[in-house]
Amino acid sequence: MAHHGEHHYNLDQRFDFTASIKKSILTVLVIGAVLLGIGVVMAMTGGHHEEGAEAGTHAFHWYERLYASIWVNNVFFTGIAIIGVFFFAIQFAAQAGWSAPIIRVMLSLGSWLPIAGVLMLATFFVANHDLFHWTHSYLFDKNDPHYDKIIDGKGAFFFWPMEKGTFPVFYIARMVIFFGFWVFFFNKFKQISAQEDQLGGSSHWFKMRSWSAFFLIFFAVSSSISAWDWVMSIDTHWFSTLFGWYVFASWFVSGLSAITLIVLFLKGKGYLEMVNENHVHDLGKFVFGFSIFWTYLWFSQFLLIYYANIPEESVYFIERLESDIYGPFVFVNLGLNFFLPFLVLMTRDAKRHGVFLKLVCTILLVGHWIDFTLMVQPGTLGHNGGIGLLEVGMFLVYGSAVTFVVLGALAKRNLIAKNHPMLEESYNHHI
Amino acid sequence: MERDTHFILGVYDDEDVLLHAVEKVRGSGVKIHEVYSPYPVHGLEHVLGYKRSKLPIAAFLFGMLGTSLALTMQLYMMKFDWPMIIGGKDFAAFPDFVPVSFEMTVLLAAFGMVGVFLITSNLKPWAQPRIFDVRSTDDKHIMAIDLANNSSVDLDKITEILNESGATEVNKKSFE
Repeated sequence: MAHHGEHHYNLDQRFDFTASIKKSILTVLVIGAVLLGIGVVMAMTGGHHEEGAEAGTHAFHWYERLYASIWVNNVFFTGIAIIGVFFFAIQFAAQAGWSAPIIRVMLSLGSWLPIAGVLMLATFFVANHDLFHWTHSYLFDKNDPHYDKIIDGKGAFFFWPMEKGTFPVFYIARMVIFFGFWVFFFNKFKQISAQEDQLGGSSHWFKMRSWSAFFLIFFAVSSSISAWDWVMSIDTHWFSTLFGWYVFASWFVSGLSAITLIVLFLKGKGYLEMVNENHVHDLGKFVFGFSIFWTYLWFSQFLLIYYANIPEESVYFIERLESDIYGPFVFVNLGLNFFLPFLVLMTRDAKRHGVFLKLVCTILLVGHWIDFTLMVQPGTLGHNGGIGLLEVGMFLVYGSAVTFVVLGALAKRNLIAKNHPMLEESYNHHI
Repeated sequence: MERDTHFILGVYDDEDVLLHAVEKVRGSGVKIHEVYSPYPVHGLEHVLGYKRSKLPIAAFLFGMLGTSLALTMQLYMMKFDWPMIIGGKDFAAFPDFVPVSFEMTVLLAAFGMVGVFLITSNLKPWAQPRIFDVRSTDDKHIMAIDLANNSSVDLDKITEILNESGATEVNKKSFE
């Protein structure tokens, strides 16, 4: 409606993180932990030792599966957290008005970042040889029978300025710098936003826009490189020039789904009454559009490699498509992350009504988690991978922990940036 | 009185006045034939009570037609008419067909949508549009009321409603 009436919303509303919500999240966490426990016991007693006999390959240990699972969730949930900050910054860089009441929901996802950084570093130090083939020092020793000329050529990217095969200074430094700056920008945004609540005026908005621009430049580089570091380097020989974008797209769809789900959850609890179906429609369009964007990148990567059929490139897809374990998941991946959102969210009504969006966003979170599992597992676990109780349990544990942290951060401050200069515009948002 | 020939026109200066006027006029039981404005007025179709366009359905069907045509064409060419070995792939290698199918889908969806829009909006090149008031292409909003559609309401009453709703002028217009 174009009637510019007066709006009286409660701008001081604060999310009440009640004991019952906490209890449901902790229930999921406990279920996840139990499944994880059973999965670990099954993996310990399962025994896949026959492959270890092959010359040159190391024996498979059950804990590698645990490490791989932790790594998948580290990368996946770090992505969701940083996308929250990224989408927040985009709102300011694009001078968007429609999203003014929900920007704090986006920013709250970033509160997982410090924990994610610590987990990522710790996992790397504990699991380095089991996750990353390039960490073995014999690959860089010309006298060793396992000397690998290709990995030696890439060695400086990990070990500079140290000698190749020693301590990966450059790699660790990148991880620390990325997380450090991401957390720095996240805190900066939080701080400016808090000042705006107290002082009002438009100067904080302009300040936020400048900081957003700097963050976006940093994120453009760091998101790509972190995708090479944390995911692509697992398949050390292989490379794909659009891999950074591919991981970013997967992160972005997951992050948008998480934002949409939290907004709908808060609306269901009676908060954010100024967020109407027009805002929900916009979020739905983002989820719909970027699901197609993800598919576009998936297919661009696949088609060129498939068509050119160069062995060092096509090995990546052969490892997945020809495998009994991963083959079906390649198609599950496309089904959940492309066909389902594409067909369900195509109509206007589906994007405007919470029921469809809740369904699709939940499935997309699972779908993109499967996508990351498919990126990590073949290179780390080979034919010992798969999605079993261990993986599902770990996903639930991480998911509920992230939800707990994010909702806890939301509850600490006002839900709405009450002095945001574009609130009035967003009340009248109509599409 | 013949249908679609005698009209009464309300002329409005301001889009906000117009939007409220449309609600008032419709609220008093007068049926509005159409509103002409120099630029798209946000929310106008809503207060006029227009249903959402069915154009997306046409777009979807034409898109599907494009996909089917593209797949059939490529399958016929590559598998039956002139099979060629390209890169050691199957003759009917589905991934190769995707880019062309995508493009054909977009092309036919766009063409189909434009075609259907032109037909349903009576925008054929030889159509003679009826000009109610040339100022609707400049700075005035024109609300046209078909008298034949409002035979139950008195002419003076309609004029009064329009004047009350904020019209700067109320004119009559007849077509041959």
